[in-house]
Amino acid sequence: MTHVEPGLWTTIADVLAAVCLLGGAFLTLGAGVGLVRFPSLLARMHTVTKPQVLGLVLLLTALALRVRDGSAVAMLVLVVAFQLVTSPVAAHMVGRSGFRTGKIDPDDERAHELTEDD
Amino acid sequence: MLAAVITAAVLVAVTALLALVRVERGPSMLDRAVALDTLTVTLVGAIAIEAIWSRRTETIPILVALSVVGFVGSVTMSRFAGKEPSEDGHVSTREEIAAQARAADVPRGEQRNGVRAIDAEDDSGRQGGARR
Repeated sequence: MTHVEPGLWTTIADVLAAVCLLGGAFLTLGAGVGLVRFPSLLARMHTVTKPQVLGLVLLLTALALRVRDGSAVAMLVLVVAFQLVTSPVAAHMVGRSGFRTGKIDPDDERAHELTEDD
Repeated sequence: MLAAVITAAVLVAVTALLALVRVERGPSMLDRAVALDTLTVTLVGAIAIEAIWSRRTETIPILVALSVVGFVGSVTMSRFAGKEPSEDGHVSTREEIAAQARAADVPRGEQRNGVRAIDAEDDSGRQGGARR
């Protein structure tokens, strides 16, 4: 447990952390609601990539503002960078195998970039 | 701070429940992969909220490990779901397996024995047919 001196800056950082915490939790809830309510695989993939990653970034920002410890913040930056790098890759894999197994409605596509060359 | 932490914990718990609903409903393997990814990130968020409340830094390596696990799980599931052919349910016969092995020409392990046995049945007159 990190010891934090009480003071004005601690109060400011705690208030900012609370704001980030609520925002992150709200975005995470948005991802969950979209996951249940959205009609197709591609729409559900959207909730997993965008609101969820931003919600996680906000939650980890709140944690960094709360602990204010050098090595801990470095590891949190690592988690955020990893999420930002891997979430497009995972979404691409899911979308590609969804396309290959025919789970994607052709009306949802604008451009057929994954079809075979004619 | 306590009110914010409780509110955030409730929101994240509701998100986990919604993700579980999607895991149960499906309808396809890929939807479940997507929902399990959400569930993993929700777990990361829950641990982060606990660490926010108690100013704890010991649990942060768990966050790193969980985010890695979530990525690997989602990619693996979509990988295997993509490999699944559309006409699944078709079970290859022994002759088809032998023909595939002959075409691929990988004479090692149990496959070699199978090919040799079937070749010996088919054309027993021709010696060394399986040896290539």
